[in-house]
Amino acid sequence: MTENNVSNVLISMQGINKGFPGVQALTNVDFDLRYGEIHALMGGNGAGKSTLIKVLTGVERPNSGKIFLEGQEVSVKSPQHAQSLGISTVYQEVNLCPNLTVAENILIGREPMKFGRIDWKETNRQAREILLRILGIDIDVDRPLGSYSVAIQQMVAIARALEIASAKVLILDEPTSSLSINETEQLFQVMRKLKGENVGIIFITHFIDQVYEITDRITVIRNGQRVGTFDTATLSRMELITKMVGKSITVLDEMSKIKVETGKHISKELILQAKELGQAGAIEPIDLELHSGEVLGLAGLMGSGRTEAVSLLFGLETPDSGELSIDGKKVEKFSPYESIKRGLVLLPEDRKATGIVDDLTVRENIILALQAGLGWFKYLSLQKQYEIADTYIKLLEIATPSADQPVKNLSGGNQQKVILARWLATNPKVLILDEPTRGIDVGTKAEIQKLVLSLAEEGKACIFISSELEEVMRCSHRIAVLSDKKKVGEFSGDVDEHVIMQAMAGE
Amino acid sequence: MMKQNKLSTSWRNFTESKLFFPLLTLFIILIVDLITVPGFFSFQVRNGNLYGSLIDILRNASTVMLLAIGMTLVIATGGVDLSVGAVMAIAASVAALLMNPYVLAKELPPNLMQLINDPHFTYQPLWIVILVTLFVATLCGLWNGLLVAYIRIQPMVATLILMIAGRGIAQLITNGVRIQIFYEPYAFIGQGWMILPFSLYLVVVVYAIAWVLTRRTAIGLFIESVGINFRSSFFSGIDEKKIKLLAYAFCGFCAGLAGLVASSNIKTSDAFNLGMNLELDAILAVVIGGTVMGMGGRFSLLASLIGAVVIQAITTSMYAIGVPAFALQAIKGVVVILVILLYSEQVQVFFRNLNLRKEA
Repeated sequence: MTENNVSNVLISMQGINKGFPGVQALTNVDFDLRYGEIHALMGGNGAGKSTLIKVLTGVERPNSGKIFLEGQEVSVKSPQHAQSLGISTVYQEVNLCPNLTVAENILIGREPMKFGRIDWKETNRQAREILLRILGIDIDVDRPLGSYSVAIQQMVAIARALEIASAKVLILDEPTSSLSINETEQLFQVMRKLKGENVGIIFITHFIDQVYEITDRITVIRNGQRVGTFDTATLSRMELITKMVGKSITVLDEMSKIKVETGKHISKELILQAKELGQAGAIEPIDLELHSGEVLGLAGLMGSGRTEAVSLLFGLETPDSGELSIDGKKVEKFSPYESIKRGLVLLPEDRKATGIVDDLTVRENIILALQAGLGWFKYLSLQKQYEIADTYIKLLEIATPSADQPVKNLSGGNQQKVILARWLATNPKVLILDEPTRGIDVGTKAEIQKLVLSLAEEGKACIFISSELEEVMRCSHRIAVLSDKKKVGEFSGDVDEHVIMQAMAGE
Repeated sequence: MMKQNKLSTSWRNFTESKLFFPLLTLFIILIVDLITVPGFFSFQVRNGNLYGSLIDILRNASTVMLLAIGMTLVIATGGVDLSVGAVMAIAASVAALLMNPYVLAKELPPNLMQLINDPHFTYQPLWIVILVTLFVATLCGLWNGLLVAYIRIQPMVATLILMIAGRGIAQLITNGVRIQIFYEPYAFIGQGWMILPFSLYLVVVVYAIAWVLTRRTAIGLFIESVGINFRSSFFSGIDEKKIKLLAYAFCGFCAGLAGLVASSNIKTSDAFNLGMNLELDAILAVVIGGTVMGMGGRFSLLASLIGAVVIQAITTSMYAIGVPAFALQAIKGVVVILVILLYSEQVQVFFRNLNLRKEA
């Protein structure tokens, strides 16, 4: 643990307590941030990272504890107040207006005026200049924000957060979870630049590599309590993970054994066969085959067509070429309902927008798809609903006070498990998992990976999509690589990581 | 000790349920009546039927209660139906026309003139009148649902179309004539008594249908799910379009029934005034009942019914206290503001903290 030199402490939070009905989210947490420091805040899902940030940014009021900014005690009343104090935040989910242009988003409320009206030319010029100066990206700022990728939107959010106030403190809450490698590098350059300007940066991420690449210190939180603050240079990765999870992870070794074992039991029978399946503008005609008991990895960069491909398989979109057979039967009607009936389900990429129904309880979320398959009138009895919900809460170790808890009160990882439970409850033959581990802590990640393999062992077929190549390789028996809306290769068995990366890059 | 804990838990459950605030509001209004209006709580029995101010409140609230049941489902899907007042007018016109189409003729033989003033005369039997009227009203609802669910027009705009066009349609049906209704059995719908006013039994039946439909089948869950997040619902295999269509159709059905009750009350089809502004009362009833307008999701039919009674109780109480009719709207507005304040997040948090402190 490092000693605080009082003079260079920018923010000091002392003895923060915060409780919600039924949960103590933070217990006596101390945290300090220095000038010109990049400080990682690490912890599993539901550890209390977000709550700590919310307390700092005035979204939540602590039950007790003090916050000092540059030696002065402050009580942060609201996010606006935090901003005026020089504390800017960029959240994981982009909090901008997608239907406004990029320039409007950056300069909203502070547009340059001319003759009492907004000077659009000047607005666009300034916005473009800001993006170039701060982030080094040059885009058409007159287009709606929503027409850009999530990555660009994230960058715009950062530019806005920095531009709004002369920020002393910048909080980045999982900014890189949807960024490509290049974009992440761009972001890091920005962070280093700000660090040079003495800005203190709190960096929340699940990517351990990035923590070691960019941060100076790490604070680990577990179960609402601070485990400790460490110099990044002196803490080994294994130590870090152990501190986060509270136990050492041996699961990973286990996993490769399971994979080899399950690989022997893949049946010859085709459960899913796509021939020249495609949709103009989204994905070029693609061939895919999947056997029972097999895990097929889909690797590719963001925008390579992974999500588009599985959207066709699940019937979210109707293909305009080729054909699809499930279990030997040709698919005629494409819709999620028909797919669920056929035993093919999709765990969507965007948990919040297309996964959870946040006001419904854990129980209702879990039985939702099963009930949808049964129709309006074959209503599952409450008793049966609780049975199913409790089974999966136990099986997947979903951390919730009860099955009647609204799912929005759960942490991200547990929400993901709830959606997984929703699909498992329909007893599917084919599971498509689109980024099932995104934004999820290391422990839960390993659990989900292991679950995928054990499902294969039971004879289910899985399609596994992830931006993390290592994870795809660890879980999949076979890997199909997409690039530029096309399938560019397929690899089976133990293949070298670089070969796949080359394929992903389109070489 | 244990017993007390159990009691405080159930008290807390009650205070956090959707029924708490509407009941509290109603309670306060009745207390005010108790103090200021002597005899407000008295009942009379005449011919075996019950009469009194409280019964009046319930009877006068029955049209809005009917509307509120349908409106609850629509608002729960994240929409709104502005056309229910106009659909009531359409229903009234259809019913009146079916009972007495002769008014449309330019000249009538004198014997027929006699006939249509006969309280026992109707052109079509009552059951056909009711069935056809409800069918037409349900079609109106289906039209709204079609626009909202399949053509994806914003609910406010989609139902505005019928809100405006509906009164015109109602006039077209009767060729611009206000048809008086002399047929005696029809008057029973809105004015009849079987110990309690007959219209209240209609409310109970429709409530029961809606309750069974939403709580004993999966439809209620699907409505809530679609209202909270229609994309997640679609991904989960729920046919969100059909769910919305059903909600709007049912809302139309309820409006049709409300139209029957209202026209039976005033014994005429009045395309201009029948059901005027009642869509706003219905929406207000649902909002008082705690279903969130514009957001959808969790709903309580019973709370909406209480909401409808609250609105009527305010009106009746004001009259009883002696507030002049022209001041009524303003006072209603004040009460609405108070109710909405009760629902605001700040006040809710205040109550929750109060509960927590009690437990601590």
